[in-house]
Amino acid sequence: MSDFLEFFSFADANIRYVTLGSVLLASSSAVVGCFTLLRKRALVGDAVAHAVLPGVCLAFILSGTKNPFILLIGAFVTGWISLVTIDYITSRSRIKEDTAIGLVLSVFFGIGILLLTSIQHSGNAAQSGLDKFLFGKAASLVGEDLIVFSAVAVLLLVTTLLFYKELKLLCFDEVYAKSIGFPVRSLELLLTTLTVFAVVVGIQAVGVVLMAAMLITPAAAARFWTERLGVMLVLAALIGAFSGISGAFVSYTAPAMPTGPWIVLIVSMIAIMSFALAPGRGWIARLLRQRRNEARILEENLLKLFYQLGEQQEDYYSNRTLASILERRNIPKKRALRGLKKLKRQGYITRHPEGWALTAEGETRGKRVVRLHRLWELYLTQYLQLASDHVHEDAETIEHIITPELEQKLMEELNYPALDPHQTRIP
Amino acid sequence: MVGDAISHAVLPGIVIAFLFTGSRDSLPMIIGAGLLGVITTFLIEFFHRYARVQADASIGITFTWLFAIGIILISVFAGQIDLDQDCVLYGEIAYVPLDLWITENNLSYGPRTVWTLGFVTILIVAFIALGYKELFLTAFDPGYAAAIGISTTVWYYLLMTAVSLTTVASFESVGAILVVAFLVGPPATAYLLTDDFKKMLFLSVICGVVAVVIGYYLAYWLDGSIAGAVAAVTGFNFALAFLFSPTHGQFFKRRKAIPV
Repeated sequence: MSDFLEFFSFADANIRYVTLGSVLLASSSAVVGCFTLLRKRALVGDAVAHAVLPGVCLAFILSGTKNPFILLIGAFVTGWISLVTIDYITSRSRIKEDTAIGLVLSVFFGIGILLLTSIQHSGNAAQSGLDKFLFGKAASLVGEDLIVFSAVAVLLLVTTLLFYKELKLLCFDEVYAKSIGFPVRSLELLLTTLTVFAVVVGIQAVGVVLMAAMLITPAAAARFWTERLGVMLVLAALIGAFSGISGAFVSYTAPAMPTGPWIVLIVSMIAIMSFALAPGRGWIARLLRQRRNEARILEENLLKLFYQLGEQQEDYYSNRTLASILERRNIPKKRALRGLKKLKRQGYITRHPEGWALTAEGETRGKRVVRLHRLWELYLTQYLQLASDHVHEDAETIEHIITPELEQKLMEELNYPALDPHQTRIP
Repeated sequence: MVGDAISHAVLPGIVIAFLFTGSRDSLPMIIGAGLLGVITTFLIEFFHRYARVQADASIGITFTWLFAIGIILISVFAGQIDLDQDCVLYGEIAYVPLDLWITENNLSYGPRTVWTLGFVTILIVAFIALGYKELFLTAFDPGYAAAIGISTTVWYYLLMTAVSLTTVASFESVGAILVVAFLVGPPATAYLLTDDFKKMLFLSVICGVVAVVIGYYLAYWLDGSIAGAVAAVTGFNFALAFLFSPTHGQFFKRRKAIPV
């Protein structure tokens, strides 16, 4: 607990640097990541992260200094070239995008490693520390780095805000953007440049491999909670910031722990929880929805059977045994019993010693399902010219879906019919 | 990109296998990493199919997550583990001759890695030879393959196991990232040179061998990492094929376009 207080009082300058740096980085790259994710180009960030290495080495060889600014320019140039190469290969040959990404990534990285080892073996004393670019050094951020980080973070955020509308259109409807005269090509380049910027700066904190996660994971997590781009950007930034703080906190309480991997681990956990738990798009929510639908379909089918039996004997409310119901339609006995019990709880049927009987509400609901079924069969035969023995299957599905408005519309279209194509009465 | 993902994601498998056995024997490591490789493919599929995460994002999330776990495991047991991040990321093939396989009665059989890699190569070649028809059909016409009773899922996972096996075997020598160049580069080059699948297999092997030989001398000349040099040459090979392939090259495409 005292650790916790000490950490969040930010009294220690080092803590301040590390935390602020991680937060700035994580949130700004999360915002850029949203756009690359929505353009279905999430892995491009990974390629840039690897392609940065030869640039750093070349800049060092050419300039002979470790001036971070010069190294960043080198990194920026090769990162940018790698993206353009990927685009060129995919658009000009039959190589698929993921192959192109894998190829460019590994070849650029290979060149980088070759140069790096060559520098290391050359015995140049000034070279030590170049490999910071490989693994990151979030735990040893200093004031200078922080200035660069904040500058880039602000730049990224302001650019996204300025071009918000244009980028949004680019992500969701590129063709439309082109047709109303947006400079799509330049916008793409802008987005590429933003991505490279985010990667080049972020890589120093979390390293080559994990940089991809900083771009993709918060964005993917945020995508599950909302359908609006604005909300998604804010959420992604928040998720990024939160994992930045937590990562810094973990590596503060356990000094041997690397900050970067912890940030990624935490952000991945958030993402996986989002995939499972998010309302609407999440996995569990979808499973539940499926279950509910299945249950409803079973109930409606049972009520329909009651109604059809009633129709046959012209007596809707007398008792039916389970066997007589299952005779008309093959439902597993256990499932059918479960459905019947549920219907009883809802008041659609009642239980008697010698079987089950419809209530008035049950009769109305069963009648509606039968009605929709027959209406739809009629519609298919009249408007799609299907043979009357082909329409039953389709009607079985649609009868559970049609809304009252649609029902009204069908009635009007069919001119309030009395008989279905099998010459039975539409109730 | 699945190859890339697997090569990164096997890291925790290697670390865990190392922790359990406490040695750097290749066999447990290959088993651990192979298992993780299959888990990775499974996770990617799971996120994509059941949680409906878009495909590229599900790859990116899975491998960075597992890689982060691997690095954290390494740092937790840093004192006890003789694995370091440099080796994991870019390996060092030049150390291969130093790690000799010596039996109890002091008989030396040469470098250990050569034996493991040789064994894996035989295994992979056998796998492709035996499953050629199934792999071919699954790759080109999954619908037809399923119709004549080939389980595409089983063959997909078998193939991915083969990929993780290769990755892990090459891991010590070339590291997690450069192995991708070896996995992707030669086939992509061959793909631009021919339309025949069998020819493509042979061409990609030839491309790989050529890249290794030239890469070795390049590294010797620059006094740098051999694996890095080979990856660079692989890229150069691809660039050549991309520009000058008789059927798909940029150069001839343009020339062909003029007379028409």
